[in-house]
Amino acid sequence: MATTLAKAADGTEAATHAARIEHVSKWYPGPAGQQLVLDDISLDVAPGEFVTLLGASGCGKSTLLNLVAGLDRPSGGTITTDGRPALMFQEHALFPWLTAGKNIELALKLRGVAKGERRGRAEELLELVRLKGAYGKRVHELSGGMRQRVAMARALAQESKLLLMDEPFAALDAITRDVLHDELTRIWRETQLSVLFVTHNVREAVRLAQRVVLLSSRPGRVARQWTVDIPHPRRIEDTAVAELSVEITEQLRGEIRRHGQH
Amino acid sequence: MASTDTTAKDGSDLAGLEAGLDALETVQTGRRPLRQTLVEKVLPPVVAVALVLGVWQALVSFRIVDDPTKLPSPGAVWDVVRQAWLQGELLGYIWTSVSRGLLGFFFALLIGTPLGLLVARVKFVRAAIGPILSGLQSLPSVAWVPPAVIWLGLNNQMMYAVILLGAVPSIANGLVSGVDQVPPLFLRAGRTLGATGLKGTWHIVLPAALPGYVAGLKQGWAFSWRSLMAAEIIASFPDLGVGLGQLLENGRNASDMAMVFEAILLILTVGIAIDLLIFSPLERWVLRSRGLLVKG
Repeated sequence: MATTLAKAADGTEAATHAARIEHVSKWYPGPAGQQLVLDDISLDVAPGEFVTLLGASGCGKSTLLNLVAGLDRPSGGTITTDGRPALMFQEHALFPWLTAGKNIELALKLRGVAKGERRGRAEELLELVRLKGAYGKRVHELSGGMRQRVAMARALAQESKLLLMDEPFAALDAITRDVLHDELTRIWRETQLSVLFVTHNVREAVRLAQRVVLLSSRPGRVARQWTVDIPHPRRIEDTAVAELSVEITEQLRGEIRRHGQH
Repeated sequence: MASTDTTAKDGSDLAGLEAGLDALETVQTGRRPLRQTLVEKVLPPVVAVALVLGVWQALVSFRIVDDPTKLPSPGAVWDVVRQAWLQGELLGYIWTSVSRGLLGFFFALLIGTPLGLLVARVKFVRAAIGPILSGLQSLPSVAWVPPAVIWLGLNNQMMYAVILLGAVPSIANGLVSGVDQVPPLFLRAGRTLGATGLKGTWHIVLPAALPGYVAGLKQGWAFSWRSLMAAEIIASFPDLGVGLGQLLENGRNASDMAMVFEAILLILTVGIAIDLLIFSPLERWVLRSRGLLVKG
């Protein structure tokens, strides 16, 4: 099992892929022997591409994201990323002992940004997520949507080429989520980031992505992919979004149904 | 569809929408008015103390307990305290004990903190001394007085040794449980930001463990104070200077119940005062800055 996690690759491969997942599998020791979670997954994310990973519970989509983030190692196959990716979680994961601004500055500091530049850069990033006045705010003083935007600013502070997002809006109310979809799309288009976005929400996947990858469950395999060429700005209630969502949902239900048959 | 109509002003619309949501969802917090603080926080303990004094005075006044060598009146105890103050001895008693207690606590801090960090972060150390450390917490520190007297003699070092043995386990255990309760999410978030190894300990683990650590400090102080009083009572020796423990022991030797009461009240008052002046504000500040303090 070859495991190469390339650090800031400067070769030609880095230029053509933000992330390259090749024949990756992952198993955990379970009560009934080895439990296979991911089975021979191959997936590339091009520079600047927005890909959503869609699947029901147990498809290992979060596991895959952790592998790409380097928080865990694959049991087989290789994952190459262009530099260390940034990662956003379902919970904001902001540090409560720091203010919003200092959370961002910590990310800058750990990346080696000089002390004098951190404050200005942090304020720029807050402005990018439209939270100009929030620099000195404590995490608990912010609403759920504001917290996720600060978390996004902190992730952007890493200046990674790839942003991994693990159901980052799942805990938000529908209105806030809708606004953050627009926000994410805007930031993605402004920054030319590559995004790998995990969700179980089909509409969310279609609304955001250029490409939707459906994973089957237990073990997770790539079941099917769709290219989404609906022009931006998209709305969650657009007919085109709805139509594709229906098609993908049918397929997803099929995948889920297979598990009830044996 | 509707989306095509809104395309042009989409950008400014989004900003406005977001500003509206932020305004709606932000909780306004203000300071509690002084009157409310007085009524809710100050009044209840004052009433409780007044009640205790009233019952005490009643026991003496109605001759329910009529032996002043068993129960002196509140007035008699107050007289003893006043006398000590007028003779300029009161602050001396208090300072002797408090300076010992705080210095001992400071040493306990210097030893307990790295020890706790070591137990929390190094598996082998945890397996080796973790259980002993938490076991030591349940050992009354007065048990250390006889061996400390034999090892070190009747002197200040003996007092400090007893304080350390009482407070170090509390401080170390507080830090260990603080570290254990750090949400794994913070560690994962820290790792993706590049905070690994020592950087992770300094930037993520220690600040995240601060509430548990401060709780440990608070308990450590309580243990320091108790250990010190035990040491002063058992090992009273004229050359050591009269602290509050010695005062209590002197009162017993002289069968002067008013002096005994004086000593007990002073020990209690000092213990509470240090907690109220140092540890409670520290704890409140840590919890409040993280939004962990529920306003009641």
